[in-house]
Amino acid sequence: MEVIAKRPESLTKTPFTYCPGCLHGVAHRLIAEAIDEQGLINKMAGVAPVGCSVFAYKFFNFDMAQAAHGRAPAVATGIKRARPDMHVFAYQGDGDLAAIGTAEIVHAANRGEHISVFFVNNAIYGMTGGQMAPTTLPDMKTTTSPYGRKVDDIGYPIRVCELLATLVAPYYIERVSLLSPAEIIKAKKAVSKAIQYNKEGRGFTFIEFVSTCPTNWGFDPVKSRDWARENMLPFYKPGVFRDKGEGVE
Amino acid sequence: MSKILMKGNEAVAEAAIRAGCRLYFAYPITPQSELIEYMAKMMPKVNGTFLQAESEVSAINMVYGAAGAGKRVMTSSSSPGIALKMEGVSYMAGAELPAVIINVQRGGPGLGDIQPSQGDYFQATKGGGHGDYRMIVLAPSSVQEFADMAAEAFDLADKYRNPVMILADGMLGQMMEPVEFKPAKTQEEIDALGNIHNSWCICPNEDGDAKHHHEINSLEIDPSVLEKHVNELYEKYGRIERDEVRFDTYNVSDDNEILCVAWGTASRIVKSAINELTAQGKSVGLIRPITCWPFPYEAVAEAIGPKVRKVYVFELNTGQMLDDVKIAVQGKVPVTFWGKVGGIVFTPAEIKEKLEACF
Repeated sequence: MEVIAKRPESLTKTPFTYCPGCLHGVAHRLIAEAIDEQGLINKMAGVAPVGCSVFAYKFFNFDMAQAAHGRAPAVATGIKRARPDMHVFAYQGDGDLAAIGTAEIVHAANRGEHISVFFVNNAIYGMTGGQMAPTTLPDMKTTTSPYGRKVDDIGYPIRVCELLATLVAPYYIERVSLLSPAEIIKAKKAVSKAIQYNKEGRGFTFIEFVSTCPTNWGFDPVKSRDWARENMLPFYKPGVFRDKGEGVE
Repeated sequence: MSKILMKGNEAVAEAAIRAGCRLYFAYPITPQSELIEYMAKMMPKVNGTFLQAESEVSAINMVYGAAGAGKRVMTSSSSPGIALKMEGVSYMAGAELPAVIINVQRGGPGLGDIQPSQGDYFQATKGGGHGDYRMIVLAPSSVQEFADMAAEAFDLADKYRNPVMILADGMLGQMMEPVEFKPAKTQEEIDALGNIHNSWCICPNEDGDAKHHHEINSLEIDPSVLEKHVNELYEKYGRIERDEVRFDTYNVSDDNEILCVAWGTASRIVKSAINELTAQGKSVGLIRPITCWPFPYEAVAEAIGPKVRKVYVFELNTGQMLDDVKIAVQGKVPVTFWGKVGGIVFTPAEIKEKLEACF
């Protein structure tokens, strides 16, 4: 019998702990498939963040470190510097990366650290129950912005790809979305490129996934994706912000 | 090997490199700047990693990553910067990672000043970071001892998979004294050390080996699993308390009428005062904890001779190790304290005056 789909070797058999309709599982799978395809499983290390994907260290089938909130790029830096023969990525959510960990991601990117960072942006703190994130959209209601995010008071959401693209060192920065099968296929290409660049030792690579949080947004998975398409994508426009391999500076 | 006149900050950095440390992450702060600068200069010459991090917080998390990858790694800072690292120390204790942290203490609280202090004894020995953990704390009292402790700290860290702090101060960091270094480890020795943790650390799968999945982690969401983990740590801390207590005594005898307890810089000043009192025929002993954790409770109790009327604690703070001394003495004789703060170091004459008043 011909196998047409199977669990990537780079994922363990531990069942995901994510909510129904959550896209973390999709992002995990894309990363795992790319690592399988590049033949890196025996030399790969990942760093799990604090947040919904805190248990990512159980899901990826190679050595993993769990980091303190926001510190994944610093931990990944330590691993990479200690084991230059290994390939290292950090996986982070928006609160982890764009609030408490702003310094770590900016400076890892600015050093051109030879790691990949995968950033899942769903505009909310998921694990702690739906609080406002640095990426929460203007007027969007959360448990800590119950009257909507007031930009005069708390400022505008941060566009991380655009921010990092002001730096000289990063090798590859792309924002993709996970909202439909076609977009997921496109996202896979970006993930594969990031892992390939990582394998080739090109420098710092960064992929942002525009994602959803059905549980805390209060929508079913399908409506969540529609809402994200209407509200997230106009603000967080998918695209390549830097690709030195393709001459995009 | 001949002796070299060196600052403590540079001597400990050189000794760490000789002990096989090839990864160092830190952020500048006075009065430990010579340490980070020495590492910046020397690490490239031994194909090591020197990285000036964007913050103390990032530096300690880089240490967490490198320690999780099984390599000898170090960071250093001074009091306010060490406070920022304490989150990472807790994570390393929880994940059982070996690493060396040097604190060249300065005056506090807050920004304090940049002069020598012993104000971080509580921070180092009674927590500092969150949660139920212990950190091995070594306290040097000379540049030579500061340097010698680098190798010892790495060995202890590796032996127990636990963070180890060398608790120095601005005096020891800035002062120049003759120091004799141990021979540097060979590349073969360093390579071997870099693989001693391969059964649990982040490392590549070697060809032909069974594929591993190592997790560097302090999270246990199931309370019964965390309970087991913390109890295992507690058992490990018990072994450290049993086997790794270090202390030094000076002029301790059955004739002592006063027993002094002092650590680090304070202890060498007390020694000078004791010498002067000995010349006057007054018998005063000194016990100096070298490990602040595990604290030498039994040794302090045993050093109290039959004629001792008072135990006198001298520190460059308002009385921190004092609590441990009281636990050790258990009320058998009165315990008195005198200290100086604000980054001001007491003189032998001041200590002598305090002790003379006891006779």
